[in-house]
Amino acid sequence: MSKASKNISVQNQESQNLLVVLKEAQTRYGYISQEFMAELADSLGVPVNDVYGVASFYSFLATRPPGRNVIRICKSLPCYLKNCQTIIETIEKELGIRPGETTPDGRFSFELTNCIGLCDRAPAMLINNDAHVGLTPEKISRILKSYK
Amino acid sequence: MPQARVVLKNCGVIDPKRISTYRDRDGFKALEKVRREMTPEEVISEVRVSGLRGRGGAGFPCGIKWEGARNSPGDEKYVIGNADEGEVGTFKDRYILENDPFTLVEGLALAGYAVGARQGYIYLRAEYHYLLDLLRGAVNQARESGFLDGFAIDVREGAGAYVCGEESALMESIEGRRGESRYRPPFPTVAGLWQKPTTINNVETLMNIPQIILNGGGWYSQMGTERSQGTKVFSVSGDVARPGVYEMVLGSPLRELVDDLASARDVKLVQIGGATGRIIPYEMIDTPLAFENILGAGAVTVFDKSRDVLDIVHRTMEFLAEESCGKCTPCRQGTEAMVEIMERFCRGEGQEKDIKVLEDLSDTMMLSSLCGLGQAAPFAVTDTLKYFRDDYERRIRGN
Repeated sequence: MSKASKNISVQNQESQNLLVVLKEAQTRYGYISQEFMAELADSLGVPVNDVYGVASFYSFLATRPPGRNVIRICKSLPCYLKNCQTIIETIEKELGIRPGETTPDGRFSFELTNCIGLCDRAPAMLINNDAHVGLTPEKISRILKSYK
Repeated sequence: MPQARVVLKNCGVIDPKRISTYRDRDGFKALEKVRREMTPEEVISEVRVSGLRGRGGAGFPCGIKWEGARNSPGDEKYVIGNADEGEVGTFKDRYILENDPFTLVEGLALAGYAVGARQGYIYLRAEYHYLLDLLRGAVNQARESGFLDGFAIDVREGAGAYVCGEESALMESIEGRRGESRYRPPFPTVAGLWQKPTTINNVETLMNIPQIILNGGGWYSQMGTERSQGTKVFSVSGDVARPGVYEMVLGSPLRELVDDLASARDVKLVQIGGATGRIIPYEMIDTPLAFENILGAGAVTVFDKSRDVLDIVHRTMEFLAEESCGKCTPCRQGTEAMVEIMERFCRGEGQEKDIKVLEDLSDTMMLSSLCGLGQAAPFAVTDTLKYFRDDYERRIRGN
């Protein structure tokens, strides 16, 4: 086996795949800590900035601890046309935080996101991995109550 | 031209959790047929005859792509199904995956057979995580039923990055790195995933393959126009009474989709192909939907007369600036500069000279960006300068 193809078979293993490992860490710990990144870099024999480079590239990976539940409201044009702004304002009022912030009790983080492919049922949002569609200000507090 | 059901044939008919319901609708018959009586070359030839072009936006002929990978030297090859549907206003692949994941699995297995790949990947965007179990379930059922002997399919999940829908960025992401586009050549058919010959096809492209095999490329090529054969699935949203997914024979007029099917009223303009798509004023609503005119990945976002053109352009550019991977300067800096200029226009502080800057910048980005994101990023600006220049001029004059 040539040196190049040996490298390929190593890369092909999921345990050596940075993105796969980082996603697993995110699922297990809720975010990817500095310590985790340093240990991972060490075990894979790559610079820490390679690991941080991947962790910080993707919007669904967090390098700081988020709330227990992450709200992502779509702000792209199809949702904008269906007044996502009023949904964003309703959530701001209900939670007392602005996009990019986490509630003091750690229950919710709140972000704005780009198109999540639910445009036919706009305005839409994701909470964790759940899709919520056809949102109205009246629906919001009931939806939020179901996340502890 | 009418609606048609080729890609969406099974949607709403089968149970996406039960392979037996797919089998009842000729499921996996195409795969059985090619294994029994067709060489890989014959499969590729049938796809070439069909005229099928890529449904993810670029429209590259599918058969030629497969032939390229087939003919590339090497015994380790890959096929990828691109389910990283991130274009603004596109949700057809979500609808397809929700309703008929099996046809995608069969289409990818057929691609693997044609190209000579033993490993396939489906790359699903993280925003569709709720579809992951359904999709993996379809792969597992196909495997347990013996349809994937000698061919493995891994479903990989993205992590939130629009640019990963771009083929070379997607391969970087499967390899575990930042989703940054690659320089080409070499093209993926020569050096793709792990530098091995690779084909990557949109979900919808692969959905067409089983029926092309069962009914013949000649049957397929009779639908559509001379340069756009078959059907296309459109995602219609925005200012319409009936948003949703519609499959139409290619060459159908945009009016039929927007006015008749989606029941739009008082339309000002339609954005086709999302943030990197084209802007069509209502005066051009009879434009045929085809690769030779406008198509993209089939996102159709409708804006009525109450909407502000410059606001639409500004928001489109904000999206692109956020999602630029940052690797090449024209895209990274160009989208930021355009956001800044459009912001000024929206505040009523745009100047005549800004229009010249927008035009020059558009030329530079289209010519020198590394991938389709930057190359197509200026379209919202250039199209509105062409069709809605008054809106810019009025804002400069302050009324």
